[in-house]
Amino acid sequence: MSTRSRTRLFVLHVLVVSLLATLLGRLWYVQVLTGDEYARVAAANRTREIVVPAVRGWILDDAGRPLVRNRTALVVSVDRTQLSQQPDGGEAVLKRLAKVLDMSYGKLQKKIRLCSSEVGRPCWPGSPYQPIPVDDEVDSKTALQIMERREDFPGVVATPQPVREYPETYGTNAAHVLGYLQPVTDEELREREGLRSQFSGIDLVGRAGLESTYDEDLRGRSGVRQVAVDSMGQVTHTVRETPATPGSHLVTSIDAGVQSVVEKSLRRAVQRARSQGSPGSAAAGVVLDVRTGRVVALGSLPTYDPSVWIGGISQKQLNELMSGKAENPLVSRATQGQYPPGSTFKLVSTSAAVESGYSLHGTYPCPGSYQVGNRAFSNFEGTAFGPMNLHRGLVVSCDTIFYKFAYELWQRDGGTDPVKNPKDAMINMAREYGFGKPTGIDLPNESPGRLPSREWKREYWEETKAYHCKHAKKGYPEVAKNEPSRAAYLTAISKENCKSGYQYRAGDAANFAIGQGDMISTPLQLANAYASLANGGTVYSPRIGKALVRPDGTVERKIKPRKQGKLPVPKRVLSFIRDALADVPRSGTAAGAFAGFPLDKLPVAGKTGTTEAYGAEDTSWFASFAPANNPRYAVVVMVAEAGEGSRFAAPAVREIYEGMYGLNGKKAVLPDGELPDELPKIDGGGFSPPPGYQTAPRSSSSGGSSGGSP
Amino acid sequence: MISGYERGVPLTLRKRPIFTRAFGRRSPLWGMDWTMLLAVIGLSVLGALLVWSATRVELLNGGADPQSYLKRHLLNTGIGFVLAFLVSLGDYRALRAYAPILYVVTCAGLVAVLTPLGKTINGSHSWIVLGGLQAQPSEFAKVGLVAVWAMLLGELRDAEDRPRGRDILLALGVALLPTALVMLQPDLGTAMVFAAVILGMIVVSGARLRWVAGLVLSGVILIVVAVKLGVLESYQVQRFTVFTNPGSDLRGAGYNAHQAQIAVGSGGFFGKGLFQGEQTNGQFVPEQHTDFIFTVSGEELGFLGSAAIIVLLGVVLWRALRIATTSRDMFGTLLAGGIVSWLSFQAFQNIAMTLGLVPITGLPLPFVSYGGSATFANMAAIGLLQMVHLRHQALDYD
Repeated sequence: MSTRSRTRLFVLHVLVVSLLATLLGRLWYVQVLTGDEYARVAAANRTREIVVPAVRGWILDDAGRPLVRNRTALVVSVDRTQLSQQPDGGEAVLKRLAKVLDMSYGKLQKKIRLCSSEVGRPCWPGSPYQPIPVDDEVDSKTALQIMERREDFPGVVATPQPVREYPETYGTNAAHVLGYLQPVTDEELREREGLRSQFSGIDLVGRAGLESTYDEDLRGRSGVRQVAVDSMGQVTHTVRETPATPGSHLVTSIDAGVQSVVEKSLRRAVQRARSQGSPGSAAAGVVLDVRTGRVVALGSLPTYDPSVWIGGISQKQLNELMSGKAENPLVSRATQGQYPPGSTFKLVSTSAAVESGYSLHGTYPCPGSYQVGNRAFSNFEGTAFGPMNLHRGLVVSCDTIFYKFAYELWQRDGGTDPVKNPKDAMINMAREYGFGKPTGIDLPNESPGRLPSREWKREYWEETKAYHCKHAKKGYPEVAKNEPSRAAYLTAISKENCKSGYQYRAGDAANFAIGQGDMISTPLQLANAYASLANGGTVYSPRIGKALVRPDGTVERKIKPRKQGKLPVPKRVLSFIRDALADVPRSGTAAGAFAGFPLDKLPVAGKTGTTEAYGAEDTSWFASFAPANNPRYAVVVMVAEAGEGSRFAAPAVREIYEGMYGLNGKKAVLPDGELPDELPKIDGGGFSPPPGYQTAPRSSSSGGSSGGSP
Repeated sequence: MISGYERGVPLTLRKRPIFTRAFGRRSPLWGMDWTMLLAVIGLSVLGALLVWSATRVELLNGGADPQSYLKRHLLNTGIGFVLAFLVSLGDYRALRAYAPILYVVTCAGLVAVLTPLGKTINGSHSWIVLGGLQAQPSEFAKVGLVAVWAMLLGELRDAEDRPRGRDILLALGVALLPTALVMLQPDLGTAMVFAAVILGMIVVSGARLRWVAGLVLSGVILIVVAVKLGVLESYQVQRFTVFTNPGSDLRGAGYNAHQAQIAVGSGGFFGKGLFQGEQTNGQFVPEQHTDFIFTVSGEELGFLGSAAIIVLLGVVLWRALRIATTSRDMFGTLLAGGIVSWLSFQAFQNIAMTLGLVPITGLPLPFVSYGGSATFANMAAIGLLQMVHLRHQALDYD
């Protein structure tokens, strides 16, 4: 062999050695130096974390009767990731699935597309990596068809899952109290850490009512199941599992019996208004336990069926709910509706007047009209009663007495040229009673109402100044075509508003004294004010939730209404007002409505209110409490666009009391008018009411109630 | 020891019964390079274990016998050792004479792939099916071409000590047809092996360096032209693109490389233990019993086991280079040098692609990967090396 070849072989030798050395070096680098990093990536590569949703807690009434519970439904879900791995992008699988589910292919496709600003419902608002539920009401036969033919349905699973059920105990609806669930949105996921870390893709979140307020407690804690997957994403085994903690049950102070009585009476009140030609567009009823500040019933009309939200509401149903024709049934008139309270507000004006030095037992004139500055304010329908005491003033609801108080107090504060620190006795008294700010009830999006104070007037003027100053110059030519006098009136108002709209005028003060003008209140605020009158001056922040009870029956947390404050009104004044209001159903404005009512058995005290509004029927109010001598409940009913308080709201309140106490042949929903003191007890899979309370009558719609036993 | 040998051993060989010839006291078995053989046996044992681990879970999932791949692999390896032994007994000079026939058979096999006999398995159209048997002619072509080239470059004229230009041109011309045929399959990996082998053999042959330089240069030009003209399949280009930018397409073209590296990297120093690899059992790396067998070793045997494979390969190559150096004639040197070029290039390419050093090309890891044709071809190469070794010893006592 030539030396040249020998040299060349040596070169080959060196080359081979260096190649192998390169491999060893690289192997050392990959496995030893960066091995940990690869090990971590590998772990992520072959395990997936699956969130196991917790069973949501029930919502119960004060006696343990379910208002919301769960039943088990078989949910068919589609995994987009696995579908997309199909050669045809999953089209064949979806077509097969559509056939089995008896759903059109197009509809199925729409259900699993991702929501975006361009894509509206039906669409999937959750994560694209989570299985998307396409049908949550499949029967077991259909589910078996899918599960037994796994090879035909890659990426499709059928899993049992609890869904909400509304047993409608006693026919209650309580939609505005309970609220509803909706799939979590991206914004909610971003905002709520707790939701993000537990997101399973089929997560629902309480979007209204108690479901929203107590969402964290009701939802429990999701478990996490870490599963090993192979390269196809198929689960091979479970690596470890943290079980889900089921949500707690919310025991409320709502009494299903009373709630149903309230809802029925509201429906009848609206029917009554409509039968008399009024729109009767809305109504609300509130029953509070005045001694505890707890909510016993809260009704609102128009309402909706909460079960329409189960399994994702369709665009059509949502449109129906949102359309103007439906009168916004999603809005709770009891906590979100704001109306001038009218004469029911005289509770506040009386307290303020007496606090400002007017004698509780003095005699005051009640003329047909009272001159406030350059304008005459008249009594309701212009009736003149002559001189009377405050008691009678409240019973017959004389407005002119309160105009006088308001005007004189306004003058004391300096009139249009206010003193440095005006007392604003009426405004401040209203504030003490809780008006002008949310009561803090455990329901979301409560309206604050409005106190037309000096500050508010100025703010409002600044907001509307430009508008008024424009019309002060231009007038209202469009209105002038048909109604020249009205146009002139509007122009004059605009002129005045443009120049001095910030002023707190005598008219503002007078209107405020009878709960009119810019003063607005929610029915709940009014009921809460009457509850504080009834209980001797304690203003509560009302609560619906009473306790959160774990599925094993132990109490997780008791919920107590917070005391917001104490009225700065002497006991004797409150007692005076209570006595006066007790005569309203006997001989005052509500005497007609309470004719035939056994006031000797159950003395009811109350105040009617009729709020005039331009171009619409009056808002009808009745604010009450009972028993008048030893108050237990405050009951307020409001019927919008109906008519006088005595004709629509007062009869509704009467019906509520009759139902609660079982008067005039009605069956009592509360034994002896008492609410249960104790919490209901867990009793084998369900709750048992405290002694003396009946369990829920089986409603026809509660067929399968196996899901999520406590 | 060797004292038993007499002059004219080859002559007497033919007269004794085959069994005595094979295993008798004077059997060539004892004259073989046992260091190399032990390294090959070591690689084969590791290979069998890795093939077993790589295929076990998938077979189980499919309801099949989890050892069926292992059994076939062991059978193939056994046949391979017998083949190596028989080849090593072959007549050294006869091989030289039969080289042209070998060439024709090689090309015929590669042509057959393109006829209806050809079959596509695992996306590679490199198989022929005869009866129940499948074979990859391109694997055998490697052996055949090494022999043909050794003949062409090793037949020196008396006055020459290195091949002349026309010998080299002839060798290159001979390479054209089989290279074109494997590119038509397309099998870029085998074509690259051919190129590495011819280059290695020309270097070893002692040809003028300008030939070597010219060859390298024209190779580079050829690659550039091939890419520009779109001769390469789009997936081949893609593999190179992905290689230059690894993160670009982890689910698509970069998936294999990414998963392979994860598997190897997660093994760490000691590995997770045989059958314990989660990446392996989850079938994350495609072709993990053939082209990506090294990922199984990386994950389950760790740095220790994987380095052992590299070292054992190193031993085989070292002994082969030694055989090339000690060969008495140019033919033997070139035969051994060609085999070293082939095995070292293929082993490097296979392991390096697993480690993310070079783009992915479908080539099995010699002596370790599953596959009958590859095993037989590799074993035949071992047989050829042993043949050269025996010849060298025989000549010593001539």
